[in-house]
Formats: sequence, structure tokens, C-alpha cells
Amino acid sequence: MISYSFDFSFLLTAWPAFLRGAWLTIVLAGTSIALGFVLGLVCAILRSGKSKLLSGLVGIYVEVIRNTPFLVQVFIVYFGLPSLGLRLSAETSAVIALVINTGAYSSEIIRAGIDSIAKGQLEAAECLGLNKLQVYWHIILIPAVERVYPALSSQFVLLMLSSSITSQISAQELTAEANMIQSETFRSFEVYLIVAAVYLALSVLFRVVLWGIGQFAFVRRRKLRT
Amino acid sequence: MSVTEAAGTRPRNETAPGAEPIIVVDNVSKSFGPLQVLHGVSLTIERGTMVAIVGRSGSGKSTLLRCMNALEEINGGTIQVCGNRVAMDDRASVKRLRSEVGMVFQSYNLFPHLTVLRNITLALTVVQKKSRADADAIAHKVLGLVGLADKAEAYPEQLSGGQAQRVAIARSLALSPKVLLFDEVTSALDPELTGEVLKVMEDLARDGMTMVLVTHEMAFARRLADIVVFMHQGKVWEAGPPAEIFADPKTPELRQFLSSGL
Repeated sequence: MISYSFDFSFLLTAWPAFLRGAWLTIVLAGTSIALGFVLGLVCAILRSGKSKLLSGLVGIYVEVIRNTPFLVQVFIVYFGLPSLGLRLSAETSAVIALVINTGAYSSEIIRAGIDSIAKGQLEAAECLGLNKLQVYWHIILIPAVERVYPALSSQFVLLMLSSSITSQISAQELTAEANMIQSETFRSFEVYLIVAAVYLALSVLFRVVLWGIGQFAFVRRRKLRT
Repeated sequence: MSVTEAAGTRPRNETAPGAEPIIVVDNVSKSFGPLQVLHGVSLTIERGTMVAIVGRSGSGKSTLLRCMNALEEINGGTIQVCGNRVAMDDRASVKRLRSEVGMVFQSYNLFPHLTVLRNITLALTVVQKKSRADADAIAHKVLGLVGLADKAEAYPEQLSGGQAQRVAIARSLALSPKVLLFDEVTSALDPELTGEVLKVMEDLARDGMTMVLVTHEMAFARRLADIVVFMHQGKVWEAGPPAEIFADPKTPELRQFLSSGL
């Protein structure tokens, strides 16, 4: 049996770096969730809308994103865009890639919610005199998002975890900080165990916050404790 | 609205017949693709009356009702509601129609994400631009009328079918429509829940609400409708007061329908 003695003493000096990385992960993921949700919402509306052209374009976008590796998407934004004269910081590139990626996945989730609204609901709302826009907002969009909110939350937690990939373009988030620390201390095992624990804690944090947002935004969830 | 009228015959039946027509259906035809479901239907419904449309599944009765409320486009003929011609492509006419006609569906169609109160106040605030306080007051009033004053804060999923349907009726009533359309509103309910919904409809009828119902509740139609319309193969086959229709059917089709024990 191979013996290995754990040594976490490097934490004494390295903890601020972990903290810095975790914070950047929170900022990257938080920003990307907010923007990605908006992008997903817009795409879901277009995808289920009347315009064949817009619906088709969104369809292509969604399929391209869902069928290519996230790492490659990150590289295209960070290394590709400068060729077009658009030079962005690693953090900005990371957010853009995360937003584009999560927008595609969320739009499919939200679209499922929109599709699940029964036609009778729309007819009832029409009969009550609501116009198209009012029907869309009150009877389709809000209940659709409420219905798929748990799936969206999971997607957003996944997004936070995938943000580790952006360490590859040196966005100094948690994984990137860990890479630095392990290259200085050579305590790879310990470093990545700690990183895993921090990600786990972040996941719990994100789930709790997202749950709280859901409770706040969707009164029925709060009242019925679903 | 009072619900204190004595049971039995409806007082308004005795008011002068031939009063003001509120819905005039004239020679209406309607097809779904190659399938023609309405063949030149004509029907006049007078203010303050209850008209029960009966007939087999596929006779076109629900389609006719939906055409009256511009949920289906008609292919021929005209429909006038409160003096205005119904045209789905004319936004103003549809908007006016919606303010005059309420509709209750078989599947209730309550909005699941909203409380009972908000289900009722949504259109009051969003369409009629009433204040939340005014809308709440109206909602509480109509909930009282259907006997569900204590359910204002409940969600649709917490209601029984009968309660949900009464909320749906209250939701329509809140907008003070001139006509209420009922599309098989008790068909999804257990017999014991059917009674409470019919009771609410009976109260409305007594208070003079103009009502058109597509129904399988023959006993209810016989007791309370002013006019019973029997539809068959997309046509008005027979129409008249329930006494005539049920006691003295003129056509073999109606006779057969009545004897089939629906």
C-alpha cells in the first residue's frame, strides 16, 4: 500500500487566494445566471413565437451551443474574438461564454414550461378580456417560469460549477487560484480536495439562494410549501 | 343579487316574451378543415333567458357556443351579440364582446399560480384598470354569491372540482357580463359536486342573467331553461320551451336522443 501523508499547512498562507477565487466564482456565476436567464427567456419567447425565422435562428443557436464543448466555446470567445479586433479580459470573456452557454440551456427549459401551459388557460384569459401581451405575461410566462424554476435552478448550479472551466483562459476564479497554489506548494491532492469542498459549499449556497429567490418570486410556492 | 326567490317556476318566465334579442345567430356555418360542424345555424337568444343547448357529442353544440364568443372563426353567416357583429379579425369588436360575454369552461381553467382572489381580480385590475382595493371588494362580493367567501386566499389546486367551477363562475361574474356562456360546466364533476354548481347557476338564472349553456343535465334544462335547443348534425333540429321539447318531440332524432337516457 502506498502511504501518503496529508499536509494542509500551506492553507495558513494560501487561504486568501482560495477566498479570492471563490469570490470571483460567485461573481462570475451570479452575473452569468442573471444575464443568462434573461437571454434564455428572450430566446424561449422567440422560439415559441410566430416568426419562423426568429424561431429557426434561436433553434440553431441552441443546438450549436448544446452540441459543442463549453471549453471550446470559451476559447472561441477569448482567443477568437481578438481576431475580429475585440480584445476582452479573461473575466469578461468568461461571463460572455457562460451567458451564451446557459442562455441556450435555459431557453430550452423555459420553452418546456411555456409549452406546458394548457390552451384552455389562454382561452379563459382571452374571454376575460386580456389582450395578447397581458395573456403572455400573466398567463404564460410567469406560470411557465414558476413551473420550471427547479430545473432552472439546477441548471444555474451547473453553470456555477462549469465556471471552473474558465480557469483555462486564466480567469482567476476558484480553480485557477487552486492551480496556482498547487504549482507553488506541490500539494495537488490537498489543494483539489479543498477546492472540491469549496465548490460543494458554493453549490449549497447557490441552491439556498436560488430557493430563496423562488420563494420570494413565486408566492404560491411559499404558501403551498412546494 | 338575491337568491331568495321561492323554488319552482321562475318568475321571469312570466315576463313578456319576445323581449330584446341579445344574441342573434344567423345562418352560421363552420368547418374544421374538411369537416363541416355547423350547417346554417340560426338562433335568437333574448335578454334574461336561459337557453340550454343539448345534443349528442359532435352535434356542434360546443362549437356554436365557442363561435358566439369568438373563440372559433365562423365561415359563413353572422353572429351579433348585444347589437355588435362578432368578427375575430376586428380587434375592437372582440374587445367589446369580451366585456359583454363571460364564459365558463368544462375544465374550469382557473389560473393555477394565482389565488382564488387574484384569479378574480386579474381582469378587473389588468383589463378594467380598477384599483386593487376596488377589485378585491368585487371579488369578495362575487365569491359570496357562489358561497366561497372563505376561499379567497386558497389556490386552485386546493379546491374541489365543484368549488373550482364556482370560482370560475365568480371570475366571470366579477366583470358584470350581460351574457354568460357555460360549456358543459358540470361534465367533469362527480354527481355530488354537480349539484352545488347547478345551484349557483339556478341562482343566476333567477336573478335574470342571460345564460346559454351546453349541457348534458337534462333534468336541470327541463326545470330551468326557458328554451331548449336540440342540435343534431350541426343544425338546430328542434327548439322550444322545455315542456314542448321534452314532452312532445317532433322529430325521431330528438325522440331517440331523449330516450337514450342521457
